[in-house]
Amino acid sequence: MARVASRSEQYVTEFERFARTQGGSTPSWLGVLRQGAIESFGNTGFPTTRDEEWRFTSVAPITETTFARAQNGFDRAAAALSRHDIAYVGLDRVSAAELVFVNGRLAPSLSRTEGLTGSVLVRDLQSMLSSRPGALEPFLSRAIEYQDQAFAALNTAFLADGAVVWMPANAVLETPIHLVFISSPEASPTVSHPRVLIVAEENSQARVVETYAGPRGQVYFTNGVTDIFVGPAAMLDHYKIQQESAASFHVARIQARLRRGSQFTSHSLSFGGALVRNDVAAVMEDEGADCTLNGLYLADGHRLVDNHTTIDHARAHCTSHEIYKGILADRARAVFNGKIVVRADAQKTDAKQTNKALLLSDDALINSKPQLEIFANDVKCTHGAAVGQLDDDAIFYLRARGIALDEARAMLIHAFASDILNRVRIDPLRAQLEEELTEGLRLKA
Amino acid sequence: MLSIRNLHVSANNKPILKGVTLSVTSGEVHAIMGPNGSGKSTLAGALAGRPGYDVTEGEASFDGRNLLEMDPEERAREGLFMAFQYPVEIPGVNNAYFLKAALNAARKHRGEEELDAMEFMALVRDKAKLLQMDATMLNRAVNEGFSGGEKKRNEIFQMAVLEPRLAILDETDSGLDIDALKIVASGVNSMRSPDRAIVIVTHYQRLLNYIVPDVVHVLVDGRIVRSGGKELALELEDKGYGTADVEPAVAR
Repeated sequence: MARVASRSEQYVTEFERFARTQGGSTPSWLGVLRQGAIESFGNTGFPTTRDEEWRFTSVAPITETTFARAQNGFDRAAAALSRHDIAYVGLDRVSAAELVFVNGRLAPSLSRTEGLTGSVLVRDLQSMLSSRPGALEPFLSRAIEYQDQAFAALNTAFLADGAVVWMPANAVLETPIHLVFISSPEASPTVSHPRVLIVAEENSQARVVETYAGPRGQVYFTNGVTDIFVGPAAMLDHYKIQQESAASFHVARIQARLRRGSQFTSHSLSFGGALVRNDVAAVMEDEGADCTLNGLYLADGHRLVDNHTTIDHARAHCTSHEIYKGILADRARAVFNGKIVVRADAQKTDAKQTNKALLLSDDALINSKPQLEIFANDVKCTHGAAVGQLDDDAIFYLRARGIALDEARAMLIHAFASDILNRVRIDPLRAQLEEELTEGLRLKA
Repeated sequence: MLSIRNLHVSANNKPILKGVTLSVTSGEVHAIMGPNGSGKSTLAGALAGRPGYDVTEGEASFDGRNLLEMDPEERAREGLFMAFQYPVEIPGVNNAYFLKAALNAARKHRGEEELDAMEFMALVRDKAKLLQMDATMLNRAVNEGFSGGEKKRNEIFQMAVLEPRLAILDETDSGLDIDALKIVASGVNSMRSPDRAIVIVTHYQRLLNYIVPDVVHVLVDGRIVRSGGKELALELEDKGYGTADVEPAVAR
């Protein structure tokens, strides 16, 4: 415990240095926001496995590593990369705009926004904070609740880097917006705290893809937060593609607020990372909202992937559908915790949750917990969980038709993942994910 | 083509086959009949390489090669096909994709060019007609949501596409109504050829009204107790399996 406390001390000290460098141009509300966040973090420190929300996930590997906040060298790191280096995560041909961030900071030479139409705004957070801080305040100031959210508090304390996507009322973007967060090779481990703010105003429609990636074998820590505001009747499709290095740490929280009649879909596709924690939390603040959470994760070796989701039905007549699937090989571990809250006012709620895991070895393990908290009486809530291995009969059937054992296994694993991948509505992205899955499985063999 | 000598097979340490000897020549259709529990499906499974069966004694060769040493996929690529008694549903695996992979695995094994998507689709449409199957089933998942009869027809459809040299049909008639039985039988009959042997494993002789065998064997308690011509099947239907083992065993 003392060790953990001393590690959080380091971040507090680092914050003081950071706050000084931010200087006088910082709007006062932002200073207050950061200060409140670091105080909250200083009080709680990093979570331990005694915290219910972190029971199966020890963050010791993160607290025991010293990460330097990458302060300098963004330009050098960015200059060392070319479009070619990030082509593997690029949606070049199909995206309306692509912002590339290296160690959290925008790399203009790798980014482009010329495909944007009308008054749709895709900018880096830093420039928005200096040019239009007033527009951001109502969203950034209200978004976070720090309880049980030490990492999100830390992200807020260091809030500076990241992206803003702003869809004005009635704007419809047919091609996706792509935000790429790359960690570049550094001599010692670094941490970045990217913050993404997505505001979809009334009746707008957009698809936003966030990709997180880094060099193979590199040790670094990504601590991200994405705030999403889906206005009345707006539709937002959000994709998070996590392809971090297998030696890295990734902790990130997506929090969405849904207004009347809006639709929000989250696709969380998690492939990389040594220790990964994905939180997705959606609050349906008004009637008639619809929320879909799709998740697919893959882990091998000694890696750990923890997915926590929360769907808060705060008002009546809202629907939610959630399906998470995991594929675990070797000694990989996974945690799934799916919380659905139906408040007393939320009559006629329709909520469905499914979570399935495929264990490819006897040593792989998942701790899975559906958590339904229902305070209304006229609701429909279902949940189902299944953990299994590849079907031996199916494998024999395929082999008996001449298909090799490896290929038969790969076919069945793909089949398991296919209903999640089929929900990806951006064709080149789906193709890229299919490849990522195949590649991920090949490493296993 | 297929030569089985004194084959002993156990499952879960329990002996099921207790010395089966059988020889099938190219161009022939053999029927293996027997009561429930006599070891018919074990024989089919052991020949196809189903895991869980231990060969404790004897041998089986396919065109002179030791069948028992081969992986199931190798047996299939060599031209052995087993129509499953219980075809497996495989959600998420597309029928056409699966069958193309199977066909091309065998073609590659034989040193032939793999078929591209166009050639493959032309071939399977043709074969689907033969089994009176709706071509839309090619876009469905393997056997998923198929009725019992559709599953069995799908097995014979796969056989028609893969064109094996030795086909073993394990209880293909079970669960088929008379219309489906005729369709399946005509599919099988259309594949009779001097280069191909077919082994039909069945409890009832009903299917044999439509696919007339050259040789009928009676399997009782893990041994072939009698072999004869097609009339043996009718006799069994008439008198039951109870008397079969007291008759002389022609096969030995």
